[in-house]
Amino acid sequence: MESSAGQSKWVAVILTYAALLFAGGLMVLPFLWLISTSLKTVPQTMQYPPRWLPHPVMLTNFVDVWHNPRANFALWTRNTLIIAALTVSGVTFSSSIVAYGFARLKFRGRGFLFALMLSTMMIPFPVIMVPLYTIFRWLGDHTGIQWLGTFRPLWVPAWFGSAFSIFMLRQFFVTIPDELSEAARIDGCSEWGIYWHIIMPLSRPALSVVALFTFMYVWRDFLGPLVYLQRASQFTLTLGLQSFQSQNGGTSWNLLMAASLLVIAPVILLFFLAQRTFIQGIATTGLKG
Amino acid sequence: MTRETKNVLKGVAFLSPWLIGFAAFTLIPISLSLYYSFCNYSLVQSPLFCGWDNYRQLFHDDVFWLVLRNTFLYAAMALPGGLILALALALLLNQKVPGQSIFRTLVFIPSLVPTIASAALWLWLLNQKLGLVNLLLKGIGIDGPGWLTDTRWVLPSFALMSVWACGNTVVIYLAGLQDVPRELYEAAELDGAGAMRRLWHVTLPMLSPVIFFNLVIAIIGVLQVFDAPYLMTAGGPDRASYFFTYYLYDSGFTYLRMGYASAMAWIQLLIVLAMTGLAFWSSKKWVYYQGK
Repeated sequence: MESSAGQSKWVAVILTYAALLFAGGLMVLPFLWLISTSLKTVPQTMQYPPRWLPHPVMLTNFVDVWHNPRANFALWTRNTLIIAALTVSGVTFSSSIVAYGFARLKFRGRGFLFALMLSTMMIPFPVIMVPLYTIFRWLGDHTGIQWLGTFRPLWVPAWFGSAFSIFMLRQFFVTIPDELSEAARIDGCSEWGIYWHIIMPLSRPALSVVALFTFMYVWRDFLGPLVYLQRASQFTLTLGLQSFQSQNGGTSWNLLMAASLLVIAPVILLFFLAQRTFIQGIATTGLKG
Repeated sequence: MTRETKNVLKGVAFLSPWLIGFAAFTLIPISLSLYYSFCNYSLVQSPLFCGWDNYRQLFHDDVFWLVLRNTFLYAAMALPGGLILALALALLLNQKVPGQSIFRTLVFIPSLVPTIASAALWLWLLNQKLGLVNLLLKGIGIDGPGWLTDTRWVLPSFALMSVWACGNTVVIYLAGLQDVPRELYEAAELDGAGAMRRLWHVTLPMLSPVIFFNLVIAIIGVLQVFDAPYLMTAGGPDRASYFFTYYLYDSGFTYLRMGYASAMAWIQLLIVLAMTGLAFWSSKKWVYYQGK
């Protein structure tokens, strides 16, 4: 009796592992193929049956991609990082101010405005991209400051907060005990002082979730840069990779995979450095929504 | 100044970044979009009012019906596939076995990859002659199709790609699973319920709000599919992967028909609202909210 129960438990564990290995394997297989291809020569990519281990290992593919005359990965990385820095700082700073208003102040109309803000999260970007384009064009014609063909349409709106980030931060701010604010108020601290000196230092985990998600958004964004940027010198990594693909796709799969790996590797590295922040952030959006 | 007005002023001061941003980057664009949708507007000239012309034309536009059909066909494959598979994965990843965190990481990582990079990767994987998928199929004696060049296989290919990147959904399910009270499982076990019945009568009802959340997010997302078809097939072959947002983009920025594109934008908005409304309405029948 005892041993049969023990046996069936072992069978369950083995079955679980088999399923896990199968699922995990399927998920990771494309990455292994990506890495393998990125280290091959062109003739090797066309071999049948395929070889998983390249021989020779062409680490020079990465050098070729980086110094490719028709690509400028260094510049594209720099552009993406500039936009990311401006966007991340803007979203984090402005959203936290607004979130403070929604979470820590009581006033008439707050509930309505909060519901309004949540409902804007449902508006897809494609729905407003045409009028946004015409607005930025109008601004360029009437203010003397160019918007289209510059980074501005991509990062300036970030400084007015993003609904998603405001929501995330608000959820965190409401969990901070009110007594802390009350004590500061009695000591004569202004509302801004409470926000800056008490709430913000306590909110590092939530702020890092917002910063991380915003960075990921910018790193992945394709449609935004496609609509607003015009010259190759302003391309972000996603636009750059696309132009690289249209020039090298179909033949130099090894170089295209090496280039893709250059775009993927930083975000995966970031994930391993900030795994907890990532997972908790996603979990929060799903559970408290 | 009364205390009440003072409070409102303070609140508005803190909310002001969002209030200004909402007006400038949401309210005005969306009103403009409504106005443009009733105009002939090519960017070169100023908008010219034309009544319901754009909507009437859309109604008779074969391409418009085609992109709607493609988008919904794709949704019909990607949504149920993604949601159910993600749930199965979450249940599997929720088993308490050593080394589980490694498997969770493996399942999550594909969802991190920027679409532009996964587009290049899947172009290569699904390549008819040299792609890994067909090479593996050849190994078991199947002659794989031209995934992205055959009108019958291109939508399933995109659905497969989206299922591969379902890690976000899995993480949300996993978090939901942690919140199911242990006592419920113990009580069910005492009553003699097997694993399948515990799943059906305890896990799924308790998880239904999370399933519902994922459904709404997925509906909003699927109408916005643009990057992958733009980068991988240019909407082809024979427009078989030409999607709603792609046609909207082309109408506005390729053919410079801003009014026409705006009419499409409003139809997209109404579809999103209708689908989400439908999801909310039907949720009363199948979503179980604890303590409500």
